[in-house]
Amino acid sequence: MDISQILANGIVLGALYACIAVGFSLVWGVLNVINMLHGSFIILGGYLTYFAWFYLGVHPVIALAPVALLLYLLGFLVQYVFINKVVTAPVLTTLTLTFGLDMILYNLMTVYFTATPRRVTLDIGSVDIAGVVMPGDRLIGMGLALLLTALLYLVMRGSSIGRAIVAVRMDRQAAALMGIRVNRIYAITFGIGALMAGAAGAVFAMVFPVTTNLTGSFLGKAFVICVIGGLGSVPGALVGGITLGIVESFAGYLLGPQHAITIGFLLMLILLVVRPTGLVGVKGYE
Amino acid sequence: MMAGSRTGKVGYGVLAVWLLLLAAAPLLGDNYTVRIAITIAMFTAMALSWNFIGGFTGYPSFSTAAFFGIGCYVGAIAQRSGVPMVLAWVLATVFVSLFAAALGCIILRLKGHYFAIGSIAIVELTRLVVSSWGSLTGGGDGLNVPLLRGTPGEVGSMVLYIMLGIVLAAFVTTILVERARLGFGLRCIHQNEEAADMVGVDTTRYKIAAYTLSALFCGAVGAVYASWVGYIDPTDSFSILLTIKVPVMVLLGGPGTALGPILGAGAFVLLEEFFWANFLQWNRAILGGIIVFLIFFLPGGLLKIDYRRLLRRQSQARGEGKAVL
Repeated sequence: MDISQILANGIVLGALYACIAVGFSLVWGVLNVINMLHGSFIILGGYLTYFAWFYLGVHPVIALAPVALLLYLLGFLVQYVFINKVVTAPVLTTLTLTFGLDMILYNLMTVYFTATPRRVTLDIGSVDIAGVVMPGDRLIGMGLALLLTALLYLVMRGSSIGRAIVAVRMDRQAAALMGIRVNRIYAITFGIGALMAGAAGAVFAMVFPVTTNLTGSFLGKAFVICVIGGLGSVPGALVGGITLGIVESFAGYLLGPQHAITIGFLLMLILLVVRPTGLVGVKGYE
Repeated sequence: MMAGSRTGKVGYGVLAVWLLLLAAAPLLGDNYTVRIAITIAMFTAMALSWNFIGGFTGYPSFSTAAFFGIGCYVGAIAQRSGVPMVLAWVLATVFVSLFAAALGCIILRLKGHYFAIGSIAIVELTRLVVSSWGSLTGGGDGLNVPLLRGTPGEVGSMVLYIMLGIVLAAFVTTILVERARLGFGLRCIHQNEEAADMVGVDTTRYKIAAYTLSALFCGAVGAVYASWVGYIDPTDSFSILLTIKVPVMVLLGGPGTALGPILGAGAFVLLEEFFWANFLQWNRAILGGIIVFLIFFLPGGLLKIDYRRLLRRQSQARGEGKAVL
């Protein structure tokens, strides 16, 4: 395998990773909550997309929007009912709470959906660009993932909700004084985090099989990407995601696939100690 | 408030009765009872361990499973290469402590969320290293550990007494730390690390000491556990569930106290056993529900409930002839 192929694989993987992590990073950055539910949200999105395709014949690209919306509602509700009550508590409390909620969601999914790996098969062949071969569904997945990430960036930059979220992240008290309803913004932010997770899950179901056993590994990826890229910003998640994708791709090729994940975690630990603000992060969000 | 949480005479009495009850499990019940008693003792020791870093110091450490798992593997590998059993356990304990101390130097520079994430990453990293280092650890196939000699009953009681011994050691250490400079310093760090540093608490050394203590007993428990079950594998030894369960137990009992972790671990294991037995399919969701309930309704743990007031209210209501409940 030549270097350009490995690099291409890494970038495609990295775009998907960015999409996985961007919602997690937003929630962490704005709410200061480590959302242990994130992995299960992704899988839930993937399952819903699969079922829509399998039973109703809905194309995953079309199913993506309603699935993401459903996840948004779920996320909004979870934040509004549960997490808002303890959102200023120390990390131990919020992390344990979201882990408890995750156990409930995980259990529901394994009972009702079972843990069988499922995947949407689109059968659209593969593309060959200058010797680099790439399956079509992966390319579509990458395109969608980048599109979604860009969309979130635009929403954060341009819309009034986005500006309110950024304002709350910068200074909760000042934002409240400016007439922003902080608790509502928190719920919306968490909803958007879940929405991005659901959308990422829908994209994933087109490319890889999804199963409940993967929730932990998605969550782990989100950790690593956030630390590599830096917290709470869309570009940070993008840089972190693509870096991790390329690193895993090369590590898998050079050292064997079983070591790729280890290298990712090692990179994260080193960065945590050396540069906790991440590659493109801003100081002060700790 | 902190000084008031010192263990009183009643507390010691209840604790003694509870430990005697656990120790009497082989006489009172069958092998199943003994197994539950061992599980309680195991988690009690680990909860007491975690209490040093999570309860006293207030650092959200989630690396318990890494210490437990390394304890399992060092104990197993030492025994397989001919080291006598007890020596292998000691070796595992020492190794885990040194590992934690070295790791603490690096990871304790982090705070809050970053520390939490870093400590979880340690569990993942150790698990991945163990599962890919096939030549030493058997990789995903796991390792067989030399079986303990004796009937299941004898083995059970022996493991139980060793685990209870570890519990006792962890408890005595807790009491000693609570009364010593170290405990005071750790509480200062909990309340305000910068201020503690300013008034002359050597925060780095104190935190490393707490982190090492939080690993030591977990390593010992892991090594004994490996000998007890006779077979270990990476997913079982480095389980992310274990790493969350132990802090939850301490939260359930009352963090930063000596009796809280013991109470929490006992209550949690018994509840879990009950749910496993009766609601197999929903076991995980029910545990999640307990966690959610705990966070909202018992934020200080079981020890912080004012039982006297509860009783008084109960008897008052009865006196007035009102229906309670």
